[in-house]
Amino acid sequence: MPDQAASDLVTLSFTLNGRPTTARAAPFASLADTLRERLGCTGTKIGCEAGDCGACTVLIDGEQVCACLVPSQRAAERVIWTVEGDGPAGLTLRLRHAFLAHGAAQCGICTPGMLMAATDLLAREAAPSPAAVADAIAGVLCRCTGYIKIVEAILDAAGGTSLLPTPVAATAAVGARLARVDGWSKVAGREVFGADWAPADALWLRVVRSPHRAARFTIGNLDRLIAATPGLAAILTHRDVPGENSFGVFPTMKDQPVLAPGLVRFRGEAVLALVGSRAAVEALSDHELPIVWQPLPAITAIEAALAPGAPLLHATAADNVLARGQLATGDPAAARAVAAAEVEGEFETAFVEHAYLEPEAGFAVPVGPGPDRIEVSATTQAPYLDLEETARVLGIETTRVRIRPTACGGGFGGKLDVSVQPLLAVAAWVTKRPVRIIYSRIESMASTTKRHPAHIRARAAADADGRLTAFEMRADFNTGAYASWGPTVASRVPVHGMGPYRVANVSIKTRAIFTHNAPAGAFRGFGVPQAAIAHETLMDDLAERLGIDRWAIRYRNALGPGDRTPSGQRLTASAGLPQCLEALRPDWAAALARVAAHNVDAPRYRRGVGIAAMWYGCGNTSLSNPSTMRITLARDGALRFFNGAVDIGQGSSTVLLQIAADTLGLPVDAFQMQVGDTDLTADAGKTSASRQTFVSGNAVRLAAAALRAKILALANAGPEARLSLSGAHLHVADGEASRTLELATLPPTGVGEADAVAPQATIVLEGIGSWDPPTTALDENGQGTPYASYGFGAQMAEVEVDTVLGTSKVVAMVAAHDVGRAINPTLVEGQIHGGIAQGVGLALMEEFVPGRTENLHDYLVPTVGDMPAVKIYLIEAGEPEGPFGAKGVGEPALIATAPAILGAIRHATGVRATRVPVLPHRLWAALKGEAPHGR
Amino acid sequence: MLAYHRPRSMLEALQLRASGDMIVLAGGTDVYPAKAQRTAWGDMRQPAVLDIAALSDLGHIVEAHDHWRLGALVTWSDLVRADVPPLFDGLKAAARAIGGRQIQNRGTLVGNICTASPAGDGAPNLIALDARVELASLAGRRVVDMAAFIDGYRHTVCRSDEIVTAILVPKRPGARAHFLKLGARAYLVISVVMVAGVVETDAAGKVTHIRLLVGSCSAVPQRLSALEAALAGAPLVGAADRVGEEHVAALAPIDDIRGSAVYRRSAAVALIRDLLAELLPARPRRVA
Repeated sequence: MPDQAASDLVTLSFTLNGRPTTARAAPFASLADTLRERLGCTGTKIGCEAGDCGACTVLIDGEQVCACLVPSQRAAERVIWTVEGDGPAGLTLRLRHAFLAHGAAQCGICTPGMLMAATDLLAREAAPSPAAVADAIAGVLCRCTGYIKIVEAILDAAGGTSLLPTPVAATAAVGARLARVDGWSKVAGREVFGADWAPADALWLRVVRSPHRAARFTIGNLDRLIAATPGLAAILTHRDVPGENSFGVFPTMKDQPVLAPGLVRFRGEAVLALVGSRAAVEALSDHELPIVWQPLPAITAIEAALAPGAPLLHATAADNVLARGQLATGDPAAARAVAAAEVEGEFETAFVEHAYLEPEAGFAVPVGPGPDRIEVSATTQAPYLDLEETARVLGIETTRVRIRPTACGGGFGGKLDVSVQPLLAVAAWVTKRPVRIIYSRIESMASTTKRHPAHIRARAAADADGRLTAFEMRADFNTGAYASWGPTVASRVPVHGMGPYRVANVSIKTRAIFTHNAPAGAFRGFGVPQAAIAHETLMDDLAERLGIDRWAIRYRNALGPGDRTPSGQRLTASAGLPQCLEALRPDWAAALARVAAHNVDAPRYRRGVGIAAMWYGCGNTSLSNPSTMRITLARDGALRFFNGAVDIGQGSSTVLLQIAADTLGLPVDAFQMQVGDTDLTADAGKTSASRQTFVSGNAVRLAAAALRAKILALANAGPEARLSLSGAHLHVADGEASRTLELATLPPTGVGEADAVAPQATIVLEGIGSWDPPTTALDENGQGTPYASYGFGAQMAEVEVDTVLGTSKVVAMVAAHDVGRAINPTLVEGQIHGGIAQGVGLALMEEFVPGRTENLHDYLVPTVGDMPAVKIYLIEAGEPEGPFGAKGVGEPALIATAPAILGAIRHATGVRATRVPVLPHRLWAALKGEAPHGR
Repeated sequence: MLAYHRPRSMLEALQLRASGDMIVLAGGTDVYPAKAQRTAWGDMRQPAVLDIAALSDLGHIVEAHDHWRLGALVTWSDLVRADVPPLFDGLKAAARAIGGRQIQNRGTLVGNICTASPAGDGAPNLIALDARVELASLAGRRVVDMAAFIDGYRHTVCRSDEIVTAILVPKRPGARAHFLKLGARAYLVISVVMVAGVVETDAAGKVTHIRLLVGSCSAVPQRLSALEAALAGAPLVGAADRVGEEHVAALAPIDDIRGSAVYRRSAAVALIRDLLAELLPARPRRVA
């Protein structure tokens, strides 16, 4: 604790990354804390403070340990390696190169832990087996990569070869396996995440949260406590919020208080904010605060919320229904009446936690004496939403707010909503001091959004050839205590609920329902992964009923070019599901044969294979979601890309740069990039809905094209001219018309005056591009054009079930995804691997229970050992609307995985699982033909 | 302000321990997570800490005349690396499956039994080994049977003035041991059910000594005495087939998020059968 009384500190000497080092530290403070807060070695990440995630892995005397579990005192006289060092015998350095080349770092927050665990391994074992690699890194969780590229990188580093991707020429970036542009800082441990930096004089903020799911409370006299507590600057209540004490992603649904005004609706809701020195806020316990709780009955499940007479969570939502959605076309009842087969099912999914390895963190700085402005730096997926929410809670104009996002250590939808931002802004505004906060893992899990649990009833009918004739779905989503993205789930599911199939008669109705749980919000797929479990199980039902192969029934119904979707949209191009299924066909046949052979003499360990198809609209549902990008050239030759799309690990910065480079005609390394600072970059929309490659990709394409057009016009050159940039000399080669533009001599652009402070930085040429996907509003029957493009895919899973214990192991997956165009195949593969990992978790192990699984040992996410082998087919059915034909893949990667796994379990055992996760005890009960016991 | 003590001698450690309420810190793999759990919900109080790391005598695995002595600072990794007889194979299997390498490198066997979690992987193995626990206080040393050491849910007989100094494992040449645990993922598993066993057979393959334990199915690990009695003197081959539901009747598993009670009971039977099969000499193994 930096501001701890000096007498409590000890002086410790040790060898850190090869150098003798001395630190003053509290002896019981964790080594991770001392490294970060006292030695500035913030490459060592803190993900859980409980030894569950391994992000803080360092080497002590050659052994990997969690630095969050080691008293600093025990560092004395030891030899310590962290990610900042090159490692014993340079092993960490070698691994860094391999990680970069393989795309083994996505968000980068687990990367330091992975690198150190791998360093430990390679120091012991020069040529490890893949199993030894898995054993060595099993203690480090990764939520982005699915571990596959990490294992490959470590094996590659052990082999001593690690090919860095070769630099690509101008106009050859698109389609190249470029190393991510922010990759080196991630593998070097130098990336700055939310918890990694704050002004030295920042106060600390600790949030006091409700231990109750529903309660009223009163707060007694705080002034006395503040006065009696040295180092405590303020205890903020809802009365201290200068503007509106509410936030939420939709302008009309800002229902979540920054600090609860006397009533809490979920366990973990923010009640008070303690602001002061770190020592002060960490010494004051909640039980010392004058809060009097009056617990209320809590509604935790959908059924209870809908029951007649149920108490209302919000006066504005009669019968606790936040939002509804629907799609209706044709006459399902009439179609069912003449169908050859009709099947139905009821499905249930759990709360799922994003479990990004970076808990929410950041800081806010008041600017000027007023304060005049506020700057908020935090981990986020949506800087401009943060800007609006911050301005609103402070009651100031948006021009007085600046959002400077830090690197984002994983998001998956969970960092679309604000979390720390309003709290920081209010605290900094009120105290007129910089304020920082770092959520603990438990706090992050208890208080931030989740995937909606779904209760789905669905029914499908088909003709004798297996052609779908009717599909009906009633889907209720547990949306928790506040609106968040509940309406989006309610509106997105009706479009996708029947699956990627031609079906003329459809009725889908959805509801998002308030309960006393953490808000359910955005999570990779916005309800579509839950719906996919229903529609794909019904497809298997129909196949079984009609005696049709499961691959064949999907192929027969697959949406393709020229087809009309149930929302009435004609797909004119880039509907590559038929190709995806065709790609899988040989694997499907082989897997069926392999599994059959295996099962001949395997009564206990049964294998099965399953298949699932998916589709997913890129961008927001029938809502404007534009992106604006800007590329500038300055007098000194600086080529700057002002990119407002925050990269949450998926690689948008790299992909967008590849698009910019090839469109402009200059190599990627000619650019400098500014990512996501609301004073400098325009609104590129949120990093969500698989939209950045598609939507922002188009914006940057237009920006680069506009800049190129200006250059060509200035040079009087033709469209094929080749550009090269050397200092401030921009050479335009176009045969006899070739010439060099001297940037230093050009006048300022129309919009910008000459820069008086730094004349050489004066912008002389710029291109601005904006793009908004062409969609139309949906009518009351859900008819219209909700998305400009759809991602399609199909995955197969091969699973082995221990029929005695009910455990399931996904042995292999094959994934075929139509991505339009793979701008960067390595990054696309990384998305698919990571999506599959999260799909494995959704299917088999992940279940968030408030108060019970609020940490990463009780809440299970897949480890390296839970990943199947993955084979990928990238299908490039070019999207005419997309940049270079590309569309999104982030969410599509996840959607088909869980239903494919369920299909495989069913194939292996005959158990038609309808509740996820399929925990061993649930599958065991089903194998015995019983309703599941217990929870 | 937090008191943190790092005694240099056992005497100093025992004096400190007797002087007030303080928690013993060995590997730190339970102390820090407990702190994280408390502070996340606003309980910022930290009991005084007695860090015994400097008592380096406790860090050894020592072979004595009739037993092995595992000091209180012996980590799971120390055990895995140790040159010890097959008697320790079960404990080693547990060691390899406790958390990741980071945890195995710091977590101690003694810490595991002192935390006394029902899901602690050490205790069933140690009870199966007829291990004893050595405790020290200013009043002297005492030794208690491992089977009696954990006397309730997350509770042991270790008094607030005592420090556990070692685990003593009696030698049993010719005995084999194994351990199986069950969970919903491949690594970092908190056991839903676990079983540990030690067996000795005579030249004819008949059981001359057997211990079978089930963990995670009761507040404390349960020894399957009736089954042990049924198998004593019987051939180990085919022993798995003799295991029935009645042998796990004494278990008191709970319904929770990790598994239902009936499932745990059934899985305990299945795992005991698997364990007995694994304990057969030189049989190809399959991981459960």
